[in-house]
Amino acid sequence: MTALTILLVLVLLLVVFGLLFRLQILTSIFSGTFTRDIGMSNSVNAILMLVFLVFGGAWFAYSFVENFNKMNPPIASIHGHQMERMFWTTMTVIGIAFAITQTLLFIYAYKYQHKDGRRAYFFAHNNKIEVIWTVIPAVVMAALIFAGWKAWTRITGPAPKNSVVVEVMGKQFNWLVRYPGRDMKLGVVNYRMIDAVNEWGFDLSDKSSLDDFTTNEIHVPKGVPVLIKIRSRDVLHAVYMPQFRVQMYAVPGMPTRFWFTPTTTTDEMRARLGNPKFNYELACNQVCGGSHFAMKATIIVDEPDDYQNWYATQQSFSQKNPEVLAAFKQKAKTMVSQVAEPTEAEEVAPAPLAASY
Amino acid sequence: MSDMAAKPNLSPGVQTQGGIGSAAVPATEHGDHLHHDDHEHHDQHWLWKYVFSQDHKVIAKQFLITGMFWAILGGTLSSLFRLQLGWPEGSMEWLTPFLGKWIQAGKLNPEFYLALVTMHGTIMVFFVLTAGLSGTFSNFLIPLQVGARDMASGFMNMLSYWFFFLSSVIMFSSLFIETGPAAAGWTIYPPLSALPQSIPGSGAGMTLWLVSMVFFIVSQLLGGVNYVTTVINLRTRGMSMSKLPLTIWAFFLTAILGILSFPVLFSAALLLVFDRSFGTSFFLSDIYIAGQALSNQGGSPVLFQHLFWFLGHPEVYIVIMPAMGMVSEILATNARKPIFGYRAMIGSLIGISLLSFVVWAHHMFVTGMNPFLGSVFMFLTLIIAVPSGVKVFNWLATLWRGNIRFTAAMLFGIGFVSLFISGGLTGIILGNATLDIQMHNTYFVVAHFHLVMGSSAFFGLFAGVYHWFPKMFGRMMDEKLGYIHFWLTFIGVYLVFMPMHYVGIAGFPRRYYAWTGFDAFSQFADMNRFISIAAIVAFLGQFIFIFNFFYSIFRGRRATENPWNSTTLEWTTPVLPGHGNWPGEIPTVYRWPYDYSKPGSEVDFIPQNVPYSQTHSSNLPYEQDMAD
Repeated sequence: MTALTILLVLVLLLVVFGLLFRLQILTSIFSGTFTRDIGMSNSVNAILMLVFLVFGGAWFAYSFVENFNKMNPPIASIHGHQMERMFWTTMTVIGIAFAITQTLLFIYAYKYQHKDGRRAYFFAHNNKIEVIWTVIPAVVMAALIFAGWKAWTRITGPAPKNSVVVEVMGKQFNWLVRYPGRDMKLGVVNYRMIDAVNEWGFDLSDKSSLDDFTTNEIHVPKGVPVLIKIRSRDVLHAVYMPQFRVQMYAVPGMPTRFWFTPTTTTDEMRARLGNPKFNYELACNQVCGGSHFAMKATIIVDEPDDYQNWYATQQSFSQKNPEVLAAFKQKAKTMVSQVAEPTEAEEVAPAPLAASY
Repeated sequence: MSDMAAKPNLSPGVQTQGGIGSAAVPATEHGDHLHHDDHEHHDQHWLWKYVFSQDHKVIAKQFLITGMFWAILGGTLSSLFRLQLGWPEGSMEWLTPFLGKWIQAGKLNPEFYLALVTMHGTIMVFFVLTAGLSGTFSNFLIPLQVGARDMASGFMNMLSYWFFFLSSVIMFSSLFIETGPAAAGWTIYPPLSALPQSIPGSGAGMTLWLVSMVFFIVSQLLGGVNYVTTVINLRTRGMSMSKLPLTIWAFFLTAILGILSFPVLFSAALLLVFDRSFGTSFFLSDIYIAGQALSNQGGSPVLFQHLFWFLGHPEVYIVIMPAMGMVSEILATNARKPIFGYRAMIGSLIGISLLSFVVWAHHMFVTGMNPFLGSVFMFLTLIIAVPSGVKVFNWLATLWRGNIRFTAAMLFGIGFVSLFISGGLTGIILGNATLDIQMHNTYFVVAHFHLVMGSSAFFGLFAGVYHWFPKMFGRMMDEKLGYIHFWLTFIGVYLVFMPMHYVGIAGFPRRYYAWTGFDAFSQFADMNRFISIAAIVAFLGQFIFIFNFFYSIFRGRRATENPWNSTTLEWTTPVLPGHGNWPGEIPTVYRWPYDYSKPGSEVDFIPQNVPYSQTHSSNLPYEQDMAD
C-alpha cells in the first residue's frame, strides 16, 4: 500500500511537471523567444558561471576552515607527523593549482560569452606555452615523487632491532592479539589447529609458543618502535589505526607487517583532548562481511615502565588452557608410539603447514 | 533534404515493445528510403530493423537507453545507502514494501548494505559508464565522423549489444534472489567473494555476477574490435589520422585499452569461478571459516588484486577518455574556436593510454605487496598528472578569447572540466604511496574517484547526449530544462563530494554500514546527513533529464541538419541519417575538424568536407599550396 501510494504520488508529480513544461513552451512560442538562436539565457548562464565561482569558492573556503579541526584527528606516531606535513604540503600545491585553474575556467566562461559581432580568436597552438605547462607540472611532480619515495622507503623499511613485537590476526569479526611472551619469539600457529578455544591455532608442540599470551587490547610502549605482525585466518581484513597513520592488509596465507613508534600515551592524549573516554582504535578497513563496520580493537599506549609491568603479569595461553596443552602432549605421545621410536615429543611434532617466522 | 525535416518522421507507439533496450527506440529511418543507396534493407521486418538491428545508430540508441535504465537503478541504490549513512538511527520501516526481508525491525540489513554498495559500483562503472557511454557514442559517432556507411561488422556490433543485454538481464536478476546480489564490493576481492560462508552475497549472487561479467566482457571485446577496425579501415577519402576529430581518437584509444585489458578480467573471473566451484586454490590459502579449516593451500588473494586492477585501472580511463574526447569537441564547437593544441591533445591521450597500463598497483600500496613495487608504481602514477594537466590547460586555452554559446552541452562540458580538475588533483595525494597509507579505503578515495571518473564521465555523457541528440532523433532537447538540469546537478555534485573529502581526511573508512561504533568517526553525523540530502536531491534532479529526453524524442523542436554549426562529418548527413548514413556519395575530407572562426572566412565554421580551393580568402599559406 505504501509502495502504491508513493508510486502514485510520483506519477502525479510527473504529470503536473509535464503540464507546466508544456505551458512554458506555449508561452515562449507566443512571446517569440522560442526560436531565437542566442538569447538572454546565454548571458544568464555566463553570469551564473561567475556566481558559482564566487559563492562556490566562498562556501568551500568556509566549510573547509569550519571543519578543519574535525578532519585532523590527533596524531601519535613519529612517521605520522612526517606524513601529516607531507599531506598538507601536497594539499597546498594542489590547492594552488585548483584555485588557478577553476578561477580561469569560470572567468573565461563569463568573459568570453557570446557577443554579437565579435569573433573568436583563431588560436590553434603555441609550442612555447605548451612546453612551459608540460615542464612545470613535471618538475613539481618530480619533487613530490622524490619526497614520497624517501618517506615510503623509510616507513616500509625493516623495523629496528629493538622493536617490541605484537601480532594481530583478523577474523570475522574481531581482532585477535598475541605477544611472544618471555622468550620474545612468536610460536608457530597453524590454521588447521584452530578451534573454539584455540582461536589462534597455537601449535603447542612448538616450544616457543608455550609462553605466548593473548589479550583483548593491544598494549604498546611509548617511544619504542613497535612491529605489528599481521595475519588473517579467513578473508581479507586491514589493520587501520588512523591516529598512528598505520594501515596494512591482513591477508590469509601471507603474513604482513608494519612498524611505527608511538609518541603519546593514551593518558597523555586523554588529558590533551580533555576527553577521559578517548581511546586509540584499530579499525578494519577492508570489507570483510556483514559486521565489517563493527570490527575494531582498542590500543593502549603505556609509559615504557607500565608496559613492562603489564607484560610481566600476563599469563600465557598454555597456562590458561592446560587442557589444550594436555591434548598436544597426548597427541605427541600417540605419534611417538606410532613411529615406534623413542624420541622427544617436541622433535616429532608434525611439520607445520603454516608459514612460520 | 529540407523536405525531410518537414515530414513526420516519428511515429510513436508503432515500434516494438520487446525488452528494455528497444522499448523506446524510435524509428530512425522512416521517410528516407528514397534517398539512400542501400536498397537491400527496404522491406525489413520491424524486428530486424529496430530490435536485432545491425545499424550502428540503432545499436547506439539501444546502448544509451539500456544505460539510462541502469543509471536510474544505480542511482536508486545509492539513495538507499545514503539514507542509511545519513540517518543511521532512523527507521526504514517504510521501505519494507520495496526491500522486503532486507529490512529487519526497521533497520537495513548490514549485509544488504554491502550488496547495495557493490551493485551500485558494478552498475555505474561497467553498465553505465562503460557500456552506456562508450557503447553509445563510439557506436553512434565513429562511422558518422570518420565517414563510413556503418561499422566494419554490423553483425558483430549487433552481437555486442545483445551480449550486453544478456549480461544486463543476468545482473538484474541477481538482485532478486534469496541470498541477495554480490556483496563483496565491486572489486570482488577473494576470499570474501569466493566463500559463501563469509557473506551470503557470495553464493548464487556472486555466481550470477561472474556469469554476467563474462558476457559483458564478450560484449566489450566484440564492440572494441569493431571500433578499432572501423577507425583504421573505413575512414573516408582524405580522412587521415591527423584529421580525425578528437572524439574518434578518444574512442579509438579507449577501444584498444578495452581489448587489451578486459581479457585479463576475464581470466581473473575464470580463476575465481574455479576457486569457487572446482576446489582450486588460485586465490585461497590457510583459511578457517565457519568452524572449518579449508583444504586450500598456496593461493594468493593479492594475485587476484593484480589481475583485477590490471583491468580495473585502464577501466577508469575507458570511462573517462570518451568523455574527454566529446568534451574537446563540444568546447571547440561552442567556443567557436579550434581546440587548442590538437596534436598535444592526441599526444596526451596516447600518453594516458600507455601509462594507464603500468599504474594498476597504486590500488594496492598497503596490501602487503613488496614496498619496492610501491615505489615504482608511485612514480608511474604521479607521471599521469602531466598529460592530464596538459589536457586541462588546453581546454582552458580553448575557452580563452572564444565566443561562447552556452548550450546545455557546453555547460556540461565546462562542468566536466571543473570536476575533472577537482577530482584529478586529489589523485596526486592518493598516488603518493606514503600518503596512501592513511588515505587508502577512506572516503577521501570515494570522493576522489566519484569526482574524477564518476561525475565527470557522467557530465561527458550528458554533454554528448545534449549535443548529438539532434542527430540521433532529429529533434532538439529543451534547452531551458537542460540549464536547470545542469545547475542542479553541478551544484549537487560539489555539495556531495567536497564534504566527503573532509570525512576522508579524518580517516572514515568506506563501505561502513555505520560509523557510530567509533569515537574518531562519530563527529561527522551532521556532515553525513548533509551529504545524503544533497545526493538524494541531485539524484532526483536527474529525472528532469529523463523527462526532457523522452519528451523531446517525440515532441521536441525539429532539428536542422547542422544545428550547432559544427564542422565534423556527421553534420553533413540528413537530419535523420538513414541506413548508410549519406544518401549519396560519402563526402571527401580536406581539412582538420576545427576550422572555427578562421580569419578571412565569412562564416565562422568551415566543415571538413569543404576543399581549400573554395576558401581562398581564409587559407593559410601551406593550405593555399594544397588548393592550387
